[in-house]
Amino acid sequence: MSDSAAAAVVAAPVIGAGPSPHLHDAATTHGVMRDVLIALLPVIVAAIWVFGWHALLQLALASAACLAVEAVAARWRGRRIPLADGSALITGLILGLSLPWSAPAYVPIIGGLVAIGIAKALFGGLGHNLFNPAMVGRAFVMISFSGVLGAGAYVAADAGDVLSQATPLTAVRGDGALPDAWILFLGKHNGSLGESSLLACLLGGAWLCWRRAARWEIPVALIATVALLALLGGLAEPVPGLPALHLGVVGHLGSGALVFGAFFIATDPVTSPMSRRGIIAFAILIGLVVWILRVFSNYPEGVMFAVLVGNAVAPLLDRWTVPTPVGGRVPA
Amino acid sequence: MVKLGSFPRGIHPADHKGLAAEVPISVLPLPKLLRVPVQQHIGAPSAVICKPRTTVAWGDVIAEPASFVSAAAHAPVAGTTAKEVAVTLANARHMQAVPVKPAKEQPDDSELWQALYGGDWSLLEAELPEPDQVCEAIRQAGIVGMGGAAFPTHVKLTRNAKKPVDTVLVNGCECEPFLTADYRLMLEAPAAVVAGARLAARACGAERIVFASETTKPRALDVLRQASAGQPRCQVMPLAAKYPMGGEKQTVRAAVGRTIPTGGLPLDVGVVVINVGTCAAIAAAVMRQRPMTHRIVTVSGAGIVEPKNILAPVGAAVTDLIAFCGGLRPDAGRVVSGGPMMGFALGDLDVPITKGTSGLTVLSQADLHVAEQTTCIRCGRCVQVCPLNLVPNRLGLASRHGDWDLARRYQMTACMECGCCAYGCPAGIPLVQLIRSGKARLPRKAAP
Repeated sequence: MSDSAAAAVVAAPVIGAGPSPHLHDAATTHGVMRDVLIALLPVIVAAIWVFGWHALLQLALASAACLAVEAVAARWRGRRIPLADGSALITGLILGLSLPWSAPAYVPIIGGLVAIGIAKALFGGLGHNLFNPAMVGRAFVMISFSGVLGAGAYVAADAGDVLSQATPLTAVRGDGALPDAWILFLGKHNGSLGESSLLACLLGGAWLCWRRAARWEIPVALIATVALLALLGGLAEPVPGLPALHLGVVGHLGSGALVFGAFFIATDPVTSPMSRRGIIAFAILIGLVVWILRVFSNYPEGVMFAVLVGNAVAPLLDRWTVPTPVGGRVPA
Repeated sequence: MVKLGSFPRGIHPADHKGLAAEVPISVLPLPKLLRVPVQQHIGAPSAVICKPRTTVAWGDVIAEPASFVSAAAHAPVAGTTAKEVAVTLANARHMQAVPVKPAKEQPDDSELWQALYGGDWSLLEAELPEPDQVCEAIRQAGIVGMGGAAFPTHVKLTRNAKKPVDTVLVNGCECEPFLTADYRLMLEAPAAVVAGARLAARACGAERIVFASETTKPRALDVLRQASAGQPRCQVMPLAAKYPMGGEKQTVRAAVGRTIPTGGLPLDVGVVVINVGTCAAIAAAVMRQRPMTHRIVTVSGAGIVEPKNILAPVGAAVTDLIAFCGGLRPDAGRVVSGGPMMGFALGDLDVPITKGTSGLTVLSQADLHVAEQTTCIRCGRCVQVCPLNLVPNRLGLASRHGDWDLARRYQMTACMECGCCAYGCPAGIPLVQLIRSGKARLPRKAAP
């Protein structure tokens, strides 16, 4: 405010009008996105700790691709470039964290392009996308470049110790055994960048829920569903060809992207239902699909496809779970 | 230990009550002119019965109720009437008002206080008037609910064989931030509140009286306990401090544990809810034949020089009250009639206060920040706070697109516009405004 304008205010207060409520708390969309970015920090740190510059490179490429496409899309739509809202950066980071360390450079770039360009911008931008953009990008590269992204891609014979292991979920499909629970918890094992450290995911996830940037019901219901199914599966007779049936609770929770996905991917507010009953049903459905894919499909992991299935039915769940007002429905 | 009453969801905004909570009630210096609006209540406008230039005494009827659901208006001071003028009230209603020019001779401040709230309010059980007499006295006194909605009180209290009442719930929850008028009244005139509550229970046939207020007002709970000690059928119920605890549905749920049906009234669950100020007015009307001519108004907020609780005559101008509080601060940005959550922003400060004006909240420019509007990210915060368990963001969407099927599916008309959703919306979406306009535009269902 200039000095002359300040003087005018002193002379006479400027009284305006507006609709109630006249007070608001300090929450902003940017603030919500900032909380997600803060929550991702421990996961990023853990990824760099385990995978070194490989992790840094994937994250940088995926984020750069997402931000670039977001900027171009905003310009085409005649919008102010909304990079500051942080949502494209989050998509880029989550996409990068879902990739193996060994993915060729074109994978995060094409993944980012599809994530923001097709899954988000074409649907109308932030708030309008039906599917989680990062998971659409991940699915696209998964199917397009299965040769460099399959289970084998995580293993490189000439790389160091961690980087040459099979991922835990792949190991149990062969004759390998799971790493110690402690190793799964801290993260010194192979896998996609973000999924290795359970500790980092829990730290970031706790921040997300505490800051109400994610709704706690989703990770709790999702993880509980998989844990319950893992327990029940363990009770069944061993079936040849279905080794993951007896992975156990620790194995299901500690390996793969389950915890990362439960806290950071399934909780994307835009692509999950609104009502409490809706999000709980959504989380249970995702947990169920994860377990089915892990146990019965050809893929060792199923979080990505499970989240996409959940996103697809989220509008339907919203429709089925319209809450009844306190005092009952409006009389006809 | 009494169990703490509450209701699900709601919000906890900073209450800012410290500004005025310890300021004793003071009497407004008499303005040069009062304008008494003919419709200060829900229902039919009153019919003016006195001609211009009539000399009236304090409490003379100047407008009579036009139907059962209506209320009389009285001369707030002794003086002379003038030709009716047009006024626009805070709620944007245009109507006629009767100007009253105060006479020279007036009761002084302490006489006024003594007449309305002071002195002895003891009332023996055997001396309680007949229910019809209580209702008639209330009707003649033009009493309307002082909590905000201004519904004629005699209508609420008239016995209805189909809907018996077992509980009078005295609402001492003042959940709007800044407002302290009811709190000060409870502290300074608890005996009048208790007497009025007993008369109300007598009128509607209730067996028990529940006084309810939030735990953040321990002194109010204490004085109510003392004032109602030894009275039959009275109990004091502490409630959780959250917004909108003072809303009728929320108070009834929290204090009595009953759920009012959507579109219904407390009467549907056997309860009559009466604001503490209304109770005191009932006592003055029945025991002292004093009609409703004054009320207590909180003037508070960061934008006012000296926050106060003011005993003011109905018809005094908002500018009179602001001047008595030392005027507006330079950074004042909005003057709200009522509290900041549900009150109406005033576009013109030269408007009279009414029987329903519980306060004036003067917000500073800094108070008025709203998050920059973005698209809804479906974060669900509005759903998590809605005290009525609605889905505000879907209602906002329905209103924005005129999608009336969606509006009906998501029960738009159940919304009471308390503002919890818009208060916490990170996307800065004016949800209440959208829903309000949606309700107004919602087509009535075509007859089958």
